[in-house]
Amino acid sequence: MTTVTPVPTGTPIEDRRTVNLRIETTRPQPSDALTPASMPVLRMESLSVYYGSFRAVRDITLDVRTNAITAIIGPSGCGKSTLLRALNRMNDLVPGARVTGKVLYHGEDLYGPRVDAVEVRRRIGMVFQKPNPFPKSIYDNVAFGPRVNGLRVDMDALVESSLRRAALWDEVKDKLKQSGMALSGGQQQRLCIARAIAVEPDVILMDEPCSALDPRATLQIEELMMELKRNYTIVIVTHNMQQAARASEETVFLTMGEERAGHMVEKGPTSEIFTNPKNQLTEDYVSGRFG
Amino acid sequence: MTQAPITVSRPPGRPQLWGSAGRRHRESAIGAVFFIAAALSIVISAAIVLSLVFEAASFLAQIDLEQLREIGWFPRRGLFDIGTVVVGSLIVTAIGMAVATPVGLGSAIYLSEYASPRTRRLIKPVLEILAGIPSIVLGYFALTVINPQIVTQLFSGADHFNLMAAGLAVGVLIIPLIASVAEDAMRAVPRSLREASYGLGARRITTSVRVVFPAAISGIVAALIIGVSRGIGETMVVAIAAGGTGGSLFTLDPLGPGQTVTAAMASLATGSDQVRGASAAFPSLFFLGLLLFLITLLLNMVGDVFVRRTRQRY
Repeated sequence: MTTVTPVPTGTPIEDRRTVNLRIETTRPQPSDALTPASMPVLRMESLSVYYGSFRAVRDITLDVRTNAITAIIGPSGCGKSTLLRALNRMNDLVPGARVTGKVLYHGEDLYGPRVDAVEVRRRIGMVFQKPNPFPKSIYDNVAFGPRVNGLRVDMDALVESSLRRAALWDEVKDKLKQSGMALSGGQQQRLCIARAIAVEPDVILMDEPCSALDPRATLQIEELMMELKRNYTIVIVTHNMQQAARASEETVFLTMGEERAGHMVEKGPTSEIFTNPKNQLTEDYVSGRFG
Repeated sequence: MTQAPITVSRPPGRPQLWGSAGRRHRESAIGAVFFIAAALSIVISAAIVLSLVFEAASFLAQIDLEQLREIGWFPRRGLFDIGTVVVGSLIVTAIGMAVATPVGLGSAIYLSEYASPRTRRLIKPVLEILAGIPSIVLGYFALTVINPQIVTQLFSGADHFNLMAAGLAVGVLIIPLIASVAEDAMRAVPRSLREASYGLGARRITTSVRVVFPAAISGIVAALIIGVSRGIGETMVVAIAAGGTGGSLFTLDPLGPGQTVTAAMASLATGSDQVRGASAAFPSLFFLGLLLFLITLLLNMVGDVFVRRTRQRY
């Protein structure tokens, strides 16, 4: 057996590692049994993303460390967000977007022929650049995911535990019926994190989650990420290099070539990327000489 | 770094700022022309309302108010039952909305949430063609197709002229209106909300019904109100397909002929009652007109409030 991703207490959801992303399971799944113990939560193999004929991301091969924060950095337009959105099939929503190569989630290819993108997104959650709470109450924002996924749980308890894990409970416990849109930007973003973890994913993708926030709210989100990584694997795209340096264990540096396709230059422990990069391009970028 | 200093030559003495008088006069004359164009519509509206109010008042002065509550609407016999025509309008509109609400909102959801850009480019113009069909054509369509092919097939004993066929045709008329206004409202919902929903593992139908639809609810309600307003105001379809020429008894039966506010007005305006005489028949037209005007004004005001609320949210 592989190591079980710690499922937060109090959640009556079956072991998250028994991955079944297929729409229908008429045949037994060999993938689970064959998954080697060393298989990371997410592995990209020669992953390219196209928008029509334009290749936005080229040939990424990369393992994402479990229960750690991986930062994706790089200049604007190098395909960081595109890469991130390929990891939970959000790019499916963009007409003309397609993917070659593989994204293995616990060994199961997310782009396999019978994989249902909806099942993927239930397990790999996402937090967006601009806080995007629904125009519903705080409670209903958090309860939305569990409800649409048909979870039969004590909803009050789930809402509370999700808000607690997002470090928002104390601020909103007396106004759960108020609109989520009435909160401050930082609170809204933490509400979006609470909403994402309420469906019990084991990976959380964050697309520049702090770029619309002030420094204090940014720090709160970063502290929260440190807290969350004990239970979740986090991949964050950031423009802010201090943030990557402060808040991540692993850093992936992307840049783009002449044909404007983003490709990976270097990947490694964050401390190494920032202090002792192997590639000159990385050094130029992290030291602020370009980008 | 060295640049020649820029010098501006200015004639000595106090500057002359008053320009040419002729140009200023021409400017204000042009402004006046545009003002008259804009004011004309206000004047016309006011004239219409005033004529309606005065004629309606003189109509009410001519009759006993008991004549407004009778067994039916027979203006030439002095029976001016408002209930008959208002209930007729409501029946037709209700049938129309019963058809147009599901079809119109369904099309709106399809166009906004499901259709590929290519499909949308194909369907939108077709909807617009449907919206552009003259209602008199739809009236005959109701009479020659909808009634024999649908109404009499479904309900035995339906009259040759009936409110049901007229209502269904009115529904056809309202569908593109509701579809287009509701689609605009749904497409105005920010993409980020859809992404949030999909990111939580919601399916398309869940996202459409539980996120986009409620977020666009003001615009959707406005679409429905506009639909109702259009249904109540529709004249030609009802005048042709609902029967009730000359008058109608009070009826709640959608399968029989009936009279609506608008059809009653049309038959008054085309009949020989225009020869003004002692009869109050012709002036009753203005009374109905005022009634119709007030109903649609009210609906438009309510719809406007909803539309404005949609705009405020995002």
